[in-house]
Parts: sequence; C-alpha cells; structure tokens
Amino acid sequence: MTSFLSVKDLHVEFPTDDGLVSAVNGMDLSLERGETVGLVGESGSGKSVTTQAIMGLFKDSKARVSGTIDFEGTDLISLSENRMREYRGKKIGMIFQDPLSAMHPFYTVGEQIAEAYRVHNQVSKKAAKEVAVDMLGRVGIPAARSRADSYPHEFSGGMRQRAMIAMALVCEPELLIADEPTTALDVTVQAQILDLISGLQQETNSAVIFVTHDLGVVAELCQRVVVMYGGQCVEQAPVRTIFREPGHPYTRGLMASMPALSDETGRLKPIPGSPPALLDLPKGCLFAERCEVAKLLPEGLCREERPLLRIHGDHEVRCHAHERGLLAVGGPSAAGNMKGESADV
Amino acid sequence: MIAFLLRRLGAMLLLLIVVSFITFSLFHFGPADPASAACGQECTPDRVEQARIALGLDKPFFVQYLTYMSGFIMPRMIGAPGAESACAWPCLGKSFQTNENVTDMIANALPFTLSIAIGAVVLWTIAGVGLGLLAAMRKGKAADRIIVGGASVGVSLPIPVTGLVLLLVFVGILHVLPFTSNSINSPFGAAGPWAWVLNYLLPWLAIAILFSAQYIRVTRSNMIETFNEDFMRTARAKGLARRSIVFKHGVRAGITPVVTMLGMDIGGLLGGAVLTEQIFSVPGLGFTAVHAATSGDLPVTMAITMLAAFFIIVASVVVDLVYAAIDPRVRIN
Amino acid sequence: MSEPLLKVTGLRKHFTVRKGLARQASVVKAVDGLDFTLERGKTLGLVGESGCGKSTTGKLLMRLLEPTAGSIALDGRDVASLRKDELQSFRRRVQMVFQNPASSLNPRMTVGSAIAAPLAAQKITPPEGVKKRVQSLMDRVGLRPEHANRFPHEFSGGQRQRIGIARALALEPDVVICDEPVSALDVSVQAQVVNLLKDIQDELGISYIFIAHDLAVVRHMADDVAVMYLGKIMEHGSRDQIFGDPQHPYTRSLLSAVPSVELGAGSKDRIRLQGDLPSPANPPSGCVFRTRCPAYALLPEEKRLLCRDEIPTGSVACHHPDAPLLEIPAAATTLV
Repeated sequence: MTSFLSVKDLHVEFPTDDGLVSAVNGMDLSLERGETVGLVGESGSGKSVTTQAIMGLFKDSKARVSGTIDFEGTDLISLSENRMREYRGKKIGMIFQDPLSAMHPFYTVGEQIAEAYRVHNQVSKKAAKEVAVDMLGRVGIPAARSRADSYPHEFSGGMRQRAMIAMALVCEPELLIADEPTTALDVTVQAQILDLISGLQQETNSAVIFVTHDLGVVAELCQRVVVMYGGQCVEQAPVRTIFREPGHPYTRGLMASMPALSDETGRLKPIPGSPPALLDLPKGCLFAERCEVAKLLPEGLCREERPLLRIHGDHEVRCHAHERGLLAVGGPSAAGNMKGESADV
Repeated sequence: MIAFLLRRLGAMLLLLIVVSFITFSLFHFGPADPASAACGQECTPDRVEQARIALGLDKPFFVQYLTYMSGFIMPRMIGAPGAESACAWPCLGKSFQTNENVTDMIANALPFTLSIAIGAVVLWTIAGVGLGLLAAMRKGKAADRIIVGGASVGVSLPIPVTGLVLLLVFVGILHVLPFTSNSINSPFGAAGPWAWVLNYLLPWLAIAILFSAQYIRVTRSNMIETFNEDFMRTARAKGLARRSIVFKHGVRAGITPVVTMLGMDIGGLLGGAVLTEQIFSVPGLGFTAVHAATSGDLPVTMAITMLAAFFIIVASVVVDLVYAAIDPRVRIN
Repeated sequence: MSEPLLKVTGLRKHFTVRKGLARQASVVKAVDGLDFTLERGKTLGLVGESGCGKSTTGKLLMRLLEPTAGSIALDGRDVASLRKDELQSFRRRVQMVFQNPASSLNPRMTVGSAIAAPLAAQKITPPEGVKKRVQSLMDRVGLRPEHANRFPHEFSGGQRQRIGIARALALEPDVVICDEPVSALDVSVQAQVVNLLKDIQDELGISYIFIAHDLAVVRHMADDVAVMYLGKIMEHGSRDQIFGDPQHPYTRSLLSAVPSVELGAGSKDRIRLQGDLPSPANPPSGCVFRTRCPAYALLPEEKRLLCRDEIPTGSVACHHPDAPLLEIPAAATTLV
C-alpha cells in the first residue's frame, strides 16, 4: 500500500567548516490524504529540516539530501528544481513561524497572495486579485477588499498569520506544511489560528503536517503524532495512544518535563543532559546518553547498536527497551523511574 | 507630507546658514590675507590698505558677514566707497582675484562638473550594482571570487593614480582618446554628444573604478543578506521561478541601502569632483574651488562650499523621499 | 502583618511614540496604574499577552525606565524617585534575569568575569574573594566551576541561562526580576531551569517577579499572580485563585485558550477571544477589555453601559464578574 506522502530513510547533511552536520538521519514519515500529523521535537531535532526537504528547498544548495520522498507516486528528491516548482505552492503549500519576516515587506498582502495564485494559474492580474480578496475573506480577515491593499507591517501578528495561510492555500494544495505557525503568537490568537487551520482542513480535505514543539497544540489539532529526536523518528502513534501510553523514554521525558495547568504543582522532571551533537553522532541510540532506561538493559547495548523503528499495530517505537517489553505499559507516570536531574552539561 | 517638506526645508536653511558662518569665520580668522593677495605684484602697504577697503575687509566681522549674506535676499553694491558697482540678485559677491561676478563663475563651471558627474554615476551604478548582484548570486563560486578580488583592488586605487594611468595609456601611448578639452561641456553643444562622451570618458572611468568597487561590495553584502531572508524562502515555497525570486523579491528589498548611498554620492559629486577635475584640468566647481581657496578668494570659496552643502542636503531629502517610495514601512501616512 | 518587601502603587509608564517621516506623536500607555505587593521569599507572576506591559513593568521595577507616575517602595523606601547616585545601592538589592541568555551576555567576556561583573561594578569584594564567590555561584547553578574561563558561545542555551542566573545572584539581591527566563528554552531544559529557580528561592529566601506568557510555567513558579491586559491588572490573586477559580472574563478566556494535552477536554466549550489586542496607543474607553470580552458580547444593552466607566479597583477589575461567558452557562466549570 502506498501512502499519499511517504518519506523513507531521509538524510539531510550540511557541509560546514567544522565538518558534516547531520540534521536528519534516516527520517521516516507517512501521511494519508486528509490526515493531520503533528511533527514534534525540540530545537535541533530536524523537524523543520525534514519539512524543508519535502518542499525541495535544499535543491540548488550545498546540503546533501538522500532517501526517498514519495508524493503521490513521484519521488520528489530526484526532481529537478524546475519540475519541483510545479509542486511548490500548487500541490504543497507551506506556512512559517514568523509571518512578519516570511512576507515581503514591500508588497501588499493582496499582491503577495495574487502572485502565489498567478504562478500556477494563467489569469489576469485583476482576476488574481479577486481570488486573493476572496481567500482573505475565507481566512477570516474582515473587510478583506480594503485590507488586501495593506502591507504586512500594518497587520497584527494573528492577521499576518491568517494572510500567510491564505497565501499557502490559494492554489488549494493537497498538502499543507505548517512550520511552527503559532509559536510566535499569543495563546488567544493561537487558539484562533488552530481553529482556522482545522476548519480549512476539513473544508478542503487536504493533509497537514504540523510542526511544533508544543504537545498541547498536537493534542488539540492532530490525529497522529511523530516524535523526532536527533533527526530521526523515535516514535509515532495516534494522538490518543501517545498520550495514554507513550512508548519511547524520550516521549515520556518530554511529557514529564512539561508544566501542566491542572496537575499538582510539584517538581518538574526534566530530561537530564542535552541533545546529541549533530557534528558527531553517537553510534548507538541517539538518546542513550540521556536515557535512564538504558541502564536496565544489557551493558552497552543502547550505546553500541542503533535501535530500529518497530511497528506494533499503529504504534511505532525506536527503542531497545520497548522492543524487549520493558516499557510496554504505563502512561507518563512510568517516567517516574527517570527522576534524577542534572545540569545540561 | 507638506509638514514634512516644510520642516526639512527649514532645517536645510538653518544648516546652510551654519555652513556659511563657519566657512566665513575660517576665512576671516585664518592666516591668509586676501587683501595682500588681491593687490597684485607691486604691493605697497598703502595699496594693500586700498584693496582692503575696496573689498570691504576693513569693516567688523559681523558687518562683513551680514553684508555678504544680504546678497542672497536682494541685489547689493560691491567695491570701494565711491567706486561701487552693482551686483544683481542672487549676489554671491565678486571674485577678489578677477573681480568677476561669482554667480557667473559658478554658472560657467557647473556644466563641466555636471558632465563629469552624470557619466560617472551611470557607469558606476551599472557596473557596481550589476557586478555586485552577480557576485551575490554566484556566492562562493569563481565569478564571485573574481569580482570580489577586483573590487578589493578597485577600492584601494585612489583617483589620482587611476587618472594618471588612464591618461598615460589612452592619451599618451595608445592615442585613442583626446586630452580633455575645455570647450566641450555639454552633449548638446556644437561638438555633438559623441565628442562629449569621448572627452569625458577618462574622468568617468577614473571615478567609476573607485566607486563601482565600493558599490560592488555594498550591493553584494546586502543582496546576500536579503537572499537569506525568510521572505525569499516564502517566494520559493510559492513556486516562483528563480528570476522573479531574485529580481522581484530580492533586488527590491536588497537595493535600498544602495539607493541611499547613491543619493549621497551624487550630492557629493555635484559639489565638484576636486581630484578628478584637477588631474584632467576640467574647469568645474572643484577645480575653481581649489584655485579660489589657495588664492584667498573668499567669495568664490564661500559660494562653492555653500553650493556643495546645498546639493548634499537636497540629496538627503531626495533619498528620504525615494526610500519612502520603495519601502512602505517608512511611508508618510 | 509586616511591611511587604516590595510595594508598587499607581505605577504608570507612558511613552510618546513618533512614527513615519512626519513623526506624528501618540501616547502609548504601556503601564497604566499598577498596584501590587511582593512578600519576602515569595514569587509574583506577571502574565499576559504581548503588549500587555509586563516587560515594561519589569524594567520599571529595575529602574531601567523612569516611571511616569506612581511609587515603588522597597522595604518602605520609595525608589521611583531615587537619584542616579542612590540607584547604585538599590541595584544591589534588585537584579534581573533576561529572556535571551545569548544576547544578554557579552560574547567576548569569559563567563567567570560576566558573573563577577556586578561585584566589580559595585566595588564589592566578598570576604571569601571574588574567585571563590564566582566558583560557588557556578556550582550553585549547576555549572562546573572549572569552566569559568570559557566564553558564552561554548555553552548551550540552558547553560547560558544558568550563567545569567549566577550573575543575578552575585550581589545576593533581595528581589530577582525574571523576564521570560525560560521561554527561549526547549521544554526539557526549561524544566531544569524552573527547578533551579525554585531551589535557589527555597535556599536563599529571595523573592521573584516572574514575568512570562506561559501560564503553565507561571502556575509552577508563582505564589501570587497578576494577569495584565493593555497596561492594567485585570485580576490579581493567589495562584490557586487564579488557576483554580478565575473570576475575570479575561483570565478565564486566557486559561481556556491554552491547548491542553488532556484529551477530550472538550474544545467546543472553549472560550475563543475574537480579534486582536487593540492598539495600546488607542485603548478602548472604560474597561479596556470590553472590545474582546466574551461576557460583554452576551450582556444586555443596559448592563453594557456600565463597562464604559472606569474599571473598579480590587482583585477583579471587572464590572460584571458574574456574567456568563458562553451561552451554555455550565461551560466555565470545564476550565477548572
């Protein structure tokens, strides 16, 4: 069975003066039509790089991209920059974290949306402007016709992100990649934008990859979660499963370190240490150094041998301990054995 | 908008008055004695005194200054009491050396300076911005290295050096270009536009080599910075072709600092390209100013200094307006 | 009851902003009449969305900005009117931890000298010597003292924030103003820093003003919480009151907007604020929240009129705290 989008063994490496930075190390990700998947991870986990690779933004650059990105039967990695242009904006739309810097400061919002439409549709400027105004109305901008003539800096943060969404969706792409679209926004505005994205997603039945570091946002919006660590998928499962029985020690650690609005306000349980250096990746499990569970396993197993992504029904986990049934049951509280905290030295 | 222009106009007037006062003071309290310089070969103390009275230098400093400044508002009389001659508005005084009306001197010199400025600006803008953009687009590749290398040589070539080398090669050795002639000061003159171009080609090149090197550097670094902006990634994500990404999105945003620089440089050049005019013996404002300053000719020096200041101030207002036209974020509501 | 460590009364900061080439002036009321107190050894959380004035408040408390009006009393002494030379000793008692540890550290200064800089500025030599003090501070915040000669870029984001904390503690202050100290950090590292700040407080008995937009973090840190909107405090109370039984429609909407990992929290019942924050240069008259207030929208016309008057003072700055926010009256219970 082939998925709508299927990323297999994706590697993205950047040559630098200090050596090769391995930002993505064998990433796997699949997506069905109409599905919303949350791509979760901390900074440096490779989530943004993965989405930019899907968009083909590393073509014509020094970055080395390998693996396969199969989109409706076409391998996007092997496409030329010119062929890839037919996908960008038309079949895959993208929105970014900071809409103020992601929009051109010198063109009006309407012009920028109309431009996105005219790239892929042979219409007059006037017709494209009509489409842009219509689109601004659909994303909930009041008085869309006059606001279309405003510049991005004249919009508020939330309005700009709405305009950005209008620009990404104006050609009705089948896949929308949202790269931390609400991180820079206030919670009340974030809530509006999440409502908008899920509303439009249901209306158009497009698939969404939602990149975020916020598990709460994932719980609100997504059907499935992919957790990234060190440029790999370490766990993926339906939202319900991951919050009820997180499989990977890293996922458990993330949940335990999040302050909550309703639990008791005891001490938080941070994950000790810091993420692996991408210049010099460890041979074994990328999380082994910070993992308390690794100690329960045979000497050196986690540090020597990189675990594979094992499939248990609709739940995939990349962990030696999980594979051996050592972590099979239990919610975030199972991370209780992961107390112990140290400076992130 | 009108408030803005009025305020800038007021500031401009104030600045010009300050510049005139400083220049006037420097001259007055400086070591040079215009009276002895003006009285010619056979100078007796008596004749120096006569000259001093004729030039009005015997009066107190502020009277001299105010008398001079009154010429900007109305016609005035110049010369020794009893032998005064009229000086029509706008009166910038008469040359201490030749007794020529300074307003006429400037009117004669300006076309030469304009001729030099126009060609040089066109040449360096095309070369500097074009090569700078090319280098930015080919960043790290051979073309970039060659352009950047050339630019670092260019910025270290002073105009006297380039000017003399150009003269030596094209006029002295190859004989392909004429030595600059003082009879051509406009492309619309009797000699025709082609002779005008040939006449000024070497001065243009001397200035353009230095300035394009600077413009290459500024354009390149600004464009590279712009290419890394988030909105450039957005433009790619829309599926735009490379050409419209670079020109429509990149150049428009990256060029603004270059526009500022260009405006100020044009303003500066209009006040006289001192070195270039000296080397190629072009009797423009720079040439005249140097001559006047070294011979203690106060009215001529004053007039050219203030004209240069005026051009620079006007240029900065024009730059602000152009900037507002390019960048909506600084637009006047 | 003894006098509070810090007592702020009627604090205001108005900025005159000039915009565009024509430089039209407008007055922005960034902070508009704040009253609160901070007890010794306690934490006051200041929360609100961007533009609510919480960071300006932090700068005013540090006297990095001159207040337009109002008083800031530290141990009963008004510091809002201190002269330049008197500020020195005040600064010894109030220190600050900034949001971005990368930009608040001088990249050309070793972390040891960065931590020692406040001592040098105040011309203080601790009895055990500067070097020893720096080492014990580094040890206290979980850094290796032998790394004192390294430069900031050699440390991770979380470690840099630890350096910032050590620097703030160097003068043994009574109050530390933490301006979004963990919002630039990843979740796992953020938890380390939150725990560190709590441990230091337990140990040294210092007080914090904890400024953050992340409500969950504030809930973990603060004893008392002030919720700000457009330069004013909307609701002020103990942590349990604010998070367990919020009264003000704004507090309730804010809490409701936080995405929750608890599944089936019923997003249909959530209160959604409409529109954006009004411009602080042109805030609504009377109750500043009324243009976005979900309760106001449901009020009958005669009750709305009251909202155009000045907000009542007290812990809940609302004319109609009992008004329903959703058409389903039971909705508010899902918030707790």
